[in-house]
Amino acid sequence: MKLKHIYHLYSRIGFGITIDEARQLESKSAEQLINDQLKTNATAGQLTLVTLNDLPNKDNNDTLSPVEKRDQRKLLRDQVKELNTLWMKQLIQSPNFLLEKTTLFWHGHFACRVEHPYMAQQLNNIQRTYAFAPFKDLLMAVSQSPAMLQFLNNRQNKKAHPNENFARELMELFTIGKGNYTEQDIKESARAFTGWTFDNNVFEFRFNQKTHDVDSKTFMHQTGSFTGEDIIDILLQKKETARFLCRKMYAFFVNEKVDETILEELTTFYYANQYDTGKLLRKIFTSDWFYSDGNMGTNIKSPVDFIVGFSKTFDIIPSDELLLKLQKSMDQILFYPPNVAGWPGGKDWIDSTTLMFRLKIPSTLLNGGKITFVEKDNMPEDNFNLPDTIQTSGSATPALLHHSTEEIIEALLRAEPSPDNRRMLLAVAGEPRQLVLKIVSMPEYQLY
Amino acid sequence: MNRRDFIKSSSLASMAFMVPDFLKPFQFMAPEGYRNIVIIQLSGANDGLNTVIPFSNDLYYKARKNIAIPQNNVLRLTDQAGFHPVMQGFKELYDEGLLSIINNVGYPEPNRSHFRSMDIWETASGANEYLNTGWIGRYLDSSCEECNNPYLALDLSEPLSLALKGSSKKGIAVNNPKQLYNQTREPFFQELNKHAEEHANENVSYLYKTVAETSASAKYIYETSKTYTNVFPYPNHKLAKQLQQVATFIASGLKTRVYYASMGGFDTHVNQLNRQENLLTELSESVTAFVRNLKSVDQFNDTAVLIFSEFGRRVEQNASGGTDHGTANNVFVIAPSLKKQGLYNNMPDLRNLDDGDLKYTVDFRSIYNTLLNNWLQVESGLIVNKNLGKLAFL
Repeated sequence: MKLKHIYHLYSRIGFGITIDEARQLESKSAEQLINDQLKTNATAGQLTLVTLNDLPNKDNNDTLSPVEKRDQRKLLRDQVKELNTLWMKQLIQSPNFLLEKTTLFWHGHFACRVEHPYMAQQLNNIQRTYAFAPFKDLLMAVSQSPAMLQFLNNRQNKKAHPNENFARELMELFTIGKGNYTEQDIKESARAFTGWTFDNNVFEFRFNQKTHDVDSKTFMHQTGSFTGEDIIDILLQKKETARFLCRKMYAFFVNEKVDETILEELTTFYYANQYDTGKLLRKIFTSDWFYSDGNMGTNIKSPVDFIVGFSKTFDIIPSDELLLKLQKSMDQILFYPPNVAGWPGGKDWIDSTTLMFRLKIPSTLLNGGKITFVEKDNMPEDNFNLPDTIQTSGSATPALLHHSTEEIIEALLRAEPSPDNRRMLLAVAGEPRQLVLKIVSMPEYQLY
Repeated sequence: MNRRDFIKSSSLASMAFMVPDFLKPFQFMAPEGYRNIVIIQLSGANDGLNTVIPFSNDLYYKARKNIAIPQNNVLRLTDQAGFHPVMQGFKELYDEGLLSIINNVGYPEPNRSHFRSMDIWETASGANEYLNTGWIGRYLDSSCEECNNPYLALDLSEPLSLALKGSSKKGIAVNNPKQLYNQTREPFFQELNKHAEEHANENVSYLYKTVAETSASAKYIYETSKTYTNVFPYPNHKLAKQLQQVATFIASGLKTRVYYASMGGFDTHVNQLNRQENLLTELSESVTAFVRNLKSVDQFNDTAVLIFSEFGRRVEQNASGGTDHGTANNVFVIAPSLKKQGLYNNMPDLRNLDDGDLKYTVDFRSIYNTLLNNWLQVESGLIVNKNLGKLAFL
């Protein structure tokens, strides 16, 4: 493979690659590289920070004072933060980067904000275990996860009082997308999911026959005494579901601007292959169009992509505090999506404040500067109680500096700089450190 | 015109056409008395029932044995409603006919999560709708196609609120105008500005455009506001500082349509009485000083203030001297020329609750519609669901 294509591929299947590593892969094919990553053991990378024993004892819940209850909630929140930084560091260091990147995709697709460390960790592990699996396995496991059952109120979905929240998001955000179902479909399918709940001692799915509505439902022109599983099957029979998922994956892995012809090709492939996500990923990353100039350097890095990619390139592991603060300042905190629709992404990452921050932060981190963070005073209890100022430790001279100017530019920028900007960079050709500082401060560095 | 002249002028015309939008001089919307809105978001959910107190209603006192405000202490507005005793300033604004209280404001299927409900208020969405743009952002998108100036909507604190993010245009967050200006004057930032020519890559162009707009706005905000020295005395509160800054902006002639300020700490689950007293003191003193300041320099003709919280609190107090998350709440509008002054509608009906919570009778989006149509004089149909109608307070 060409070096340029290796950099492109690694920015999408992972979080970048160093010049020296990339050079060793020139003799390999994309197929080989992808297959290596897809072979990753399904149990790799499971987060195991929180065990059931770490959770506060619920038996004496009723006797707790309000202050004790508040402290308990804080403890749970702190553990979610620990989970966040644990995963961030795993994203930076894991050799199974395609698995982690795909888990990150599902983390945004099945966005869930529970502020409960055990449930959050469990859902994250489900998304990792089934990251490459047929989508049905993933969807079923997520739908029956305590985190999602709680977040979308399915515990309150009972025959006597159906709650439509889960049924609505299942269709709108997880499978078929807006415009492909009716309000009546939501009502009917909500009844099919009645009785889906979980045991909050062991955090396992339970089906409660007593609160389940066994009566006949009419869903998308089919009638029967459907269960939740039946509804999921019907949704997966619709090709629109494959198209909806492929569109999202194309925007995430290839280009925010979706090519409708390629989308149809991918949709047909995914549908014909029983929604096998691993096969779809292989097809994407081994297709010629993936390596076309029009698909390189097109997407705006998400804050997580930005932080993780930067850390890998410059061999830095930011402190936990810094990792949280950086995510917060750029508006993406893992395990804290804005809502069930996930992070909108693309241009939505950028406003005056976040862009100024994103342009300034790489050089500050490389120089070991001090960063002052500003936060709104709206919900102090959620402001993480982190310091306003963090002294960073800088980066040891990275191996990168020993390479030529052209090599450094090629390695760091996925978006081709304009001739004018290239001249600006070549003006500091003899000073690699200045060159690197200039590159990482350019708007082009915000893209991948 | 001979052929030669024609070629000259057409090439000139096409040159002008090539100048990217963000390099064109600023274009302002219709000037005549530059109307603006100041929005104050009370985060954490203010307890409206202890703010505008239904002091003649026994049900209120029954539901709030330890935290009700005694009848004799309230600042009476009508025979049914009175302000919390620390809100003397609001009482004066009320007496002067500058304040409107809209009761029972909310939306169908209320959500009791702070984050979700703030989202709903900031995006003006329904409870089951997820929008990526805020209502002020959509106002920027729709009513000012030709101008790209982020300073049209200004957030007084970073990061930028979702309310001010549109799909193609966004407001700007400014903690400190001088600091922001200095940041944009740093050499590397200036150098980027020099390279802000059109780029083939759409996202690259977008980033350079944002750099250019940020620099231009930061410069404009700093240079305009520094021409005016605000000597009006303000109390020592965080909100007062934000509003003092807004008053300085307005008095200096800044062409900003929407100012967004916020104040936190209203989530009073425990020992509410003291905490809310401090919060309402800050709110009332800060807002009153702001209005007095603008009046003192004869600038209160073009400003409307909207004050809201993401939801109200439960009617019945909890066991720890606080209140839990509720639903409908009161909203305040302060403006120089109210069509309806004082209480806009009836106080909450405490006999007719929804599982212990107030029922909403006014959709918050109808307040937005009113401000957009009747105050900023724009067609609000593309911004907020117009089927929800308008109110008659303004």
